[in-house]
Amino acid sequence: MGNAFEIRNLNVYYGQHQVLYDVNMNIRERAVTAIIGPSGCGKSTLLRCLNRMHDLQPGVRVTGEVRFKGRNIYDDDVDPMEIRYRIGMVFQKPNPFPKSIFENVAFGPRINGYRGNLNELVERCLRQAALWDEVKDRLHASALSLSGGQQQRLCLARALAVEPEVILMDEPASALDPISTAKLEDLILELKSRYTIVLVTHNMQQAGRVADETAFFLNGRLIEMGPTREMFANPREKKTEEYLTGRFG
Amino acid sequence: MANAVAEGRDLRVSPRWRDAQKRRERWIARLLLLAGLVSVLTTVGIVLTLTVDTVQFFQQVSLWEFLTDDKWTPLFTPKHFGILPLLNGTFLVAVGSALVAVPLGLGSAIYLSEYASDRVRRVVKPLLEILAGIPTVVYGYFALTYITPLLRRYIENLEVFNALSACIAVGVMIIPTVSSLSEDAMVAVPRSLREAAYALGATRLEVALKVVVPAAFSGIVAAIILAVSRAVGESMIVALAAGSTPKLTLNPLESIQTMTGFIVQVSQGDVGYGTVEYYSIYAVGMALFLVTLAMNLFARWVVRRYQEGVRA
Ligand SMILES: Nc1ncnc2c1ncn2[C@@H]1O[C@H](COP(=O)(O)OP(=O)(O)O)[C@@H](O)[C@H]1O
Ligand SMILES: [Mg+2]
Repeated sequence: MGNAFEIRNLNVYYGQHQVLYDVNMNIRERAVTAIIGPSGCGKSTLLRCLNRMHDLQPGVRVTGEVRFKGRNIYDDDVDPMEIRYRIGMVFQKPNPFPKSIFENVAFGPRINGYRGNLNELVERCLRQAALWDEVKDRLHASALSLSGGQQQRLCLARALAVEPEVILMDEPASALDPISTAKLEDLILELKSRYTIVLVTHNMQQAGRVADETAFFLNGRLIEMGPTREMFANPREKKTEEYLTGRFG
Repeated sequence: MANAVAEGRDLRVSPRWRDAQKRRERWIARLLLLAGLVSVLTTVGIVLTLTVDTVQFFQQVSLWEFLTDDKWTPLFTPKHFGILPLLNGTFLVAVGSALVAVPLGLGSAIYLSEYASDRVRRVVKPLLEILAGIPTVVYGYFALTYITPLLRRYIENLEVFNALSACIAVGVMIIPTVSSLSEDAMVAVPRSLREAAYALGATRLEVALKVVVPAAFSGIVAAIILAVSRAVGESMIVALAAGSTPKLTLNPLESIQTMTGFIVQVSQGDVGYGTVEYYSIYAVGMALFLVTLAMNLFARWVVRRYQEGVRA
């Protein structure tokens, strides 16, 4: 299997403050890659480099390369809208639009000029996100009437609706109860046959349950990356071992 | 234990002081209530005066005539007291100025909240708000001596006093009301919603028009209605630029008169106290008050209805 992303010499600065140092890593296609590490180590910052989310915030500087399917997405001739269209994102806190459930899912397809049957697409995405049965009778109710767990699955359905190749998830379960979290993890496992998934989490158990590969970050540096099972069983680096055994974090 | 008893005794030493404190608190509460009551009482007072003098008016003119006659000529014979031409004038100015202010005000609000850098925003925002601080009399003369002559170069049949140039001046005057309040509502839209849309490949314009504006909709509606109420209540600009010809017309090129314009006109002239012309000011004032009240109620209704649609 090929790589979805090849990250080369990536450095990120917030103003004068550097938060990622010379990151080099590959992210495999159609697999789940977990990014773990203590809070503040730069996980979200790395994730947001993968779909050029930093463009929207003045004062953030990114150097190095992020190659997506072989092409550096930071090249001048790359359209960030197209990148974000092909790379979906689910955020830490559920952020549905204050619109109906249907309109939330239909938003992406609509702005991207979808020509097919919108009703079918919405149903398919809600089914993929395991939300259909709970909302099929009230598709036109406000998304804000859903529970937190349902809202997060709606956000996943919304991301799926533009048929992205990659789904980036930034601690998607951190605001959810254990049952919703379990549902979301099942979903991730189901989706990985078709999508490349990058999952930021500070929960090592979660990484252990769903990730094929895991990357461990500390203070803005990639310390170690490898197949999850191997890394959890035999970490190469002492720092990784310390983190995995809960000595800090 | 011994300590607690001692403290208890200490507390009992100063009951009189505590009573004084309670009394002081009660007085402060009363003073604050009074401060709130001043504005309530003023409003009540104004409405009462309006009502009393309006009643005087309707003892001489029938409500039927007031509401259905299509002429308003209280200052010369034959006297007619039909409010419709004045309502028409006010309506024309309200709609016309909204046509100017809503696109420009919303446009600048969208620019400021979604496009402008912090530096630009810090310069442009106060500049816009200066517009609101210009005395309306200045706008009035500007309309009469600059806008009208300019328009007359391109529009042949434009009268010297006309609704169009008043609409433009009032429209410019209320731009900051639209833009400032709409921008506040738009800035309050959480960043996470914008990011959600960007992450789906939306452009800046799509984020602004399809996410931010709908999410801020109730605030924007409130801003527009407040701005239009200012237009309805505006008097100097229309008195100076729109003329004093009460007329049932939707043609902005003609001279018209608004309700406020009439009140200004009569207040300046020497209308005898107690005459029917004198009381007509109050009847018009009452009509104006009811129109603005209705607009405010409408605004509340729209806001509440929309929020329900979004929430539940
Ligand atoms: N918008 C920002 N401006 C300035 N510093 C930031 C910003 N976002 C994050 N940081 C800093 O960058 C570092 C990494 O943050 P982040 O990537 O959010 O870490 P994580 O997701 O691993 O908790 C932290 O020290 C944080 O304080
Ligand atoms: Mg984070």
